[in-house]
Amino acid sequence: MSATRIPTRIHRPAGRLGSRISGLGHFRPDTVVTNDDLAQIMDTDDEWIRSRVGIAERRFAGEDDTVISMGARASAKAIAEAGISPTDIDTVIVATCTLESPVPHASTQIAGALGIHAPGSFDINAACAGFCYGVAAADQAIRAGTSSTVLVVGSERLTAWTDPKDRATAIIFADGAGAVIVTGSEESEIGPVVWGSDETHIDAIRIDGRNGTFFQEGQTVFRWATTKIGSVAIRAAQAAGVDLADVDVLVTHQANLRIIDAIAKKVIAAGARPELKVARDIVTSGNTSSASIPLALDRMRAAGEVSSGDVVLSVAFGAGLTYAGQVFLCP
Amino acid sequence: MSPPKGNIVSNEDIIAGLGEIVEEVAGVAAADVTPEKSFTDDLDIDSLSMVEIAVQAEDKFGVKIPDDELANLKTVGDAVAYIEANQA
Repeated sequence: MSATRIPTRIHRPAGRLGSRISGLGHFRPDTVVTNDDLAQIMDTDDEWIRSRVGIAERRFAGEDDTVISMGARASAKAIAEAGISPTDIDTVIVATCTLESPVPHASTQIAGALGIHAPGSFDINAACAGFCYGVAAADQAIRAGTSSTVLVVGSERLTAWTDPKDRATAIIFADGAGAVIVTGSEESEIGPVVWGSDETHIDAIRIDGRNGTFFQEGQTVFRWATTKIGSVAIRAAQAAGVDLADVDVLVTHQANLRIIDAIAKKVIAAGARPELKVARDIVTSGNTSSASIPLALDRMRAAGEVSSGDVVLSVAFGAGLTYAGQVFLCP
Repeated sequence: MSPPKGNIVSNEDIIAGLGEIVEEVAGVAAADVTPEKSFTDDLDIDSLSMVEIAVQAEDKFGVKIPDDELANLKTVGDAVAYIEANQA
């Protein structure tokens, strides 16, 4: 007679009811590159760049500014603000698509640079959408009870993968990093993520081969972002149960000023206040891919444009094409 | 002869409708949006604004204007003819 096997019960830890952003920091390299600087090396001018993408100046990494060093510097500020020690961090997630080489990944390197001991560590490559995916992963891990203090970083050295003479990309892409600390809380201060992608435009933003540089079909991406991403932002507010009229700040990925304005227009038309604060950091930071959202928010905070407790609607979108967005309270 | 399907808009109405869209997107007076005008050379409209105009025209006239077709619409007249030919 065969014994009946008793099913194994797999235990689930009790999670947390919610998560919150308890620290935010950013880092921009020192080298300022103006439109006039770019006009020296390619056929472009300040007026053309400002009207097409809205950028007046941007920062380029110096020799010593790597994805790791920039990410570590942004992280140190977020850690300090959160009032924790690096050894309190149990998970490090780095969003990046511009590492020098794919292995080892960035998160263990950044953990090492900061003295974070033995955290869970993985990178996310969702291109310009990476930061919102990273915040989602942190929120989910905390609510599931498998992490308690998560460092999420967006750090990019886009210039290392950009042809400096390609007018379509060299005027747009820039370097920098942003980071947040995500911890548990009794009330949810980070809303559920709305994420998705469009597999019909896989080639719209790409790097071909080992020695390739960024290629972007500007019009395709512009059309997609201006027609599809407004509704993603609106859905993210709905998913969080937040009335658009209660959103204080809209921080989109800083891809192009005209895309930002188009998304803001849709969000306002759907019910956000006309005086909604809109992140336009691209004007002086350029497009820093997964760094752009935390970078923009921290700079708005430093300038006194947003306050702790403000309701932030963030939406990131990029190569893939992929997107992710969520509501969270400004730390 | 079968009746026209859907809501077919007349040539004059297309020009007027397009004029409204161009004014809203690019700030060009609707009265200046006449068939012989070139979008880029005469109306100073850039490629990104053309995408915005195409998206709004798609909504307004119930047509599809993909980027590769958009590239062929050099003048207002080209756009009007395209919309007229492609209405549902």
